[in-house]
Amino acid sequence: MSLNKTALFELHLELGAKMVVFADYQMPISYPTGIIKEHLHTRTYAGFFDISHMGQVSAKGKQFAVELEKLAPSSFLNLQVSRQRYTLLTNDQGGIIDDLIVSHIGDDNWILVVNAACKQQDYRYFEQRISESCLIELLEDQALFALQGPLAATVIQKLLTKGCSAIPFMATAQVAIAEIPCRISRCGYTGEDGYEISVANQYAEKLARILLAQEYVAPVGLGARDSLRLEAGLCLYGHDIDVTTTPVEADLGWVVARKYLPPDGKQPEFPGAQKIIAELQSEPTRRRVGILPLGRMPVREGVELFNQKDELVGNVTSGGYSPCIGSPIAMAYVANDNCNEGTELTALVRDRHVPVKVVSMPFIPHRYFQS
Amino acid sequence: MSKLPDDLKYAKSHEWTKLEDNQIVRVGITDFAQDELGDLVYIELPKVGQRVSAGKQCAVVESVKTASDLYSPVDGEVVEINEALTDEPERVNEDCYDSWLFCIKADNPSQLNQLMNSDEYEAMISD
Repeated sequence: MSLNKTALFELHLELGAKMVVFADYQMPISYPTGIIKEHLHTRTYAGFFDISHMGQVSAKGKQFAVELEKLAPSSFLNLQVSRQRYTLLTNDQGGIIDDLIVSHIGDDNWILVVNAACKQQDYRYFEQRISESCLIELLEDQALFALQGPLAATVIQKLLTKGCSAIPFMATAQVAIAEIPCRISRCGYTGEDGYEISVANQYAEKLARILLAQEYVAPVGLGARDSLRLEAGLCLYGHDIDVTTTPVEADLGWVVARKYLPPDGKQPEFPGAQKIIAELQSEPTRRRVGILPLGRMPVREGVELFNQKDELVGNVTSGGYSPCIGSPIAMAYVANDNCNEGTELTALVRDRHVPVKVVSMPFIPHRYFQS
Repeated sequence: MSKLPDDLKYAKSHEWTKLEDNQIVRVGITDFAQDELGDLVYIELPKVGQRVSAGKQCAVVESVKTASDLYSPVDGEVVEINEALTDEPERVNEDCYDSWLFCIKADNPSQLNQLMNSDEYEAMISD
């Protein structure tokens, strides 16, 4: 199978990117400055990310919100035009098929951004489960960028030729940047203020060059995208969440719409609802928590965690290094009776038990825009 | 990439080695290796006095993204380690030929003849 390229492939090479294969796409993992500097640049100024590998799905139809509520636990009927919502596609066992952001961009008009590795499968799933009264389309000719960091809003504001960049967190607007029509959404995957920018492939390189030419903007690869989201305590699908984890175990129970809970108790129709709502009202058997290794040795995905009695109590699902803290960090699923903040555990790395501590997430406080 | 030092021998697994007096072999990782790994955040060195065998794993270098094993180029005993790297692994990124990792007293230094010279290593990494 041949590998896919984004519209910025040549530009990444020109910028000296180290390319890797991710979800069948050739993507930049880092640029010559390296992951740590790209990470810190994003937290201090503004990082530019090509995330065009992600799936953008258009959904049009009067019934779409009603039908999506049969696939995901959030409410979409009350999502105003221009607003977006993070949600999960669940299966009948209460597992997670994908996580996604749903944007209500106009009357009966929606855009869903789904994970790269899941997009074909999600698209087929929507085609099967959403009625023919809705038009579902995978937008293959659309690029997606992220501009993230405390100066992202300043950069965008300066370049706007149409529309307004002063939109709330989790809102979306059609604008023009340097005369190029695009959609900006105030969301991201770093814990910082910033935008995701959807633009037609034909304008993608032009827009990328304009953004990269701005003061304070530097290109950032998937390596720093991963360390940034880990510091922000955000899940990576296929690692921290998948069909074997439930929303409540994953500490994502907040995506469940309030109308399904007491005192309303509206009958939910999303897959796995009974299990997920029961877990919300009791306790799951394990939870996703933050793990702070006490030494310098990174504790990575797949590492097993043990309690003081040497019993296996958890598994690391993401682990790496935090450039902002200057120490390793990780997230893991840990059994309920060992997952309280401050619990001391050990991680088995290369046949050695190293001390770690359960901590709350995010590791670095979120700095989303607050209007 | 800077020119490879021609007084060193190179292993396929991207360690550089330097034969010094008294059968001491100094070992580090090449510029190619540090560049491929990216920012190093942790180095697990062998212990002084530890026996090591040619081609066997004896240290680990970890970057932000990944952990990578290092192999001993010769049979022998670890006689010195660069402890400064424990707190400052990034020194290897900054100058990988100055920031050696460990020294081995080789049982038989002629084992180094199995390794590549700078031209051969250069040819291997340009493939």
